[in-house]
Amino acid sequence: MKAAMRRLALVLATLLAVTAGLSPLAAVAVDDPSEMLPDPHQEARAQAIGSQLRCLVCQNESIEDSSAGLARDLRHVVREHVAKGESDRQIMDWMVGRYGNFIRLKPPLTVGTVLLWLMPVLALLVGGLVALLSFRRARGAGPAPLSDDERARLTDLT
Amino acid sequence: MTGDTSPPDLTRRRLLMAAPLVVAGGAGIAFWRMLSGMRQGSFDPHDIQAPALNRPVPDFALPDQLPGQGFGAADLRALKVPVLVNFFASWCIPCVAEMPQLNALKAKLPIWGIAYKDKPADALGFVRRAGNPYARIASDLAGMTAIDWGVSGVPESFLIGPGGVIRWHSAAALDAATAHDILLPLAASLRA
Repeated sequence: MKAAMRRLALVLATLLAVTAGLSPLAAVAVDDPSEMLPDPHQEARAQAIGSQLRCLVCQNESIEDSSAGLARDLRHVVREHVAKGESDRQIMDWMVGRYGNFIRLKPPLTVGTVLLWLMPVLALLVGGLVALLSFRRARGAGPAPLSDDERARLTDLT
Repeated sequence: MTGDTSPPDLTRRRLLMAAPLVVAGGAGIAFWRMLSGMRQGSFDPHDIQAPALNRPVPDFALPDQLPGQGFGAADLRALKVPVLVNFFASWCIPCVAEMPQLNALKAKLPIWGIAYKDKPADALGFVRRAGNPYARIASDLAGMTAIDWGVSGVPESFLIGPGGVIRWHSAAALDAATAHDILLPLAASLRA
C-alpha cells in the first residue's frame, strides 16, 4: 500500500515536472534556488544569456540546462556580471574571449559561417531558378504545328 | 523525338545530368576526409579552439598546493624557458592515466600543475601517489582561474613560452606520441 502510494506520488511529481517544463513561466534551470538572482528581471536576463551559451562539457546543452560543474560555475559568472550591470554584449564577449565562438549556441556571421547562414536563401534562389526555367520551357516548346500531310490525314479521320 | 536534338542541347543535358553526381561526389570526398581526419586525430569535432593561444597567460594569483610551491601569472610571465602548465584533479580518471606520461616528460620539460576544483588534501594525496611530476603546484579550488584560461575540463595542458605566452594547448590527456612528435619539438624551438 505504502509502495503504491509512493509510486503514485512519483508519477504525479514527474507529471508536474513535465508540465512545468512545458510552461515558459516555470523555466527554472538552476540546481539550487539560492543560485538565482533576487531581482526577477535580472534573473530572467541571466537565464536568457545562459540559454545562448554552450555547456563545454555536454556540448549540445546550454549552461542553463546542464548540471555539469563547469556549467554551474558559468551560470554563477553570468549572474555576477548581470548583477554588476554589464550588457548582454559585454557578457557574451567575456565568454567568447575565454572559450571562443564555440561557446555560442547561435554561431555569429563570419567568413567561416557565411554558407551556413546564407544556405536557406541560396536554396530558395536555386530552386526558384530551376522552377522558372522548367516553366518557361514547358510553355515555350509546345508541339510542332501539323504539316499539310498530317492535316489531311486528320480531316480523313474525322 | 531525340533525332532533331541539336548537339549543344545534348551537351547541356549531359552537363545537367552530371551536376548532381559531381555534387554528391564532392560531398562524399569531403565526408571521407572528415572521417579519416577524425581517425588520425587531425580533426576533432569536439575540439574547442582555444582563444588563449598565442596570448599571454591571464592574470591569476593562487594559493600554494602541497607538496609544491605555488605560482601566479607573474611567475609565468617572468619565464625564460618553456614550461608545461597542466590542470589536473584527484577526481579525474584521465588525469590518473596521464601521470606516467607526465613523469616521463618532467626531465625534458618542467611541468607546473594547477589542481582544479580539488580539496588540497585530496590533491596532495593524488600527487604523492602519482610520483609528483610537478615542479610547482597551485590550487584553483573555485575553478575560476581555469575559466579564465578557457579550460573546459581536466586534464588540460598549455605550453607556456618565454614571456608567459601560451604557445600550445591540448584538452586531452597527453600521450607519448603527442609529447614526442608535437610538444617536445615545439618546446625545443621555443628554447632556441
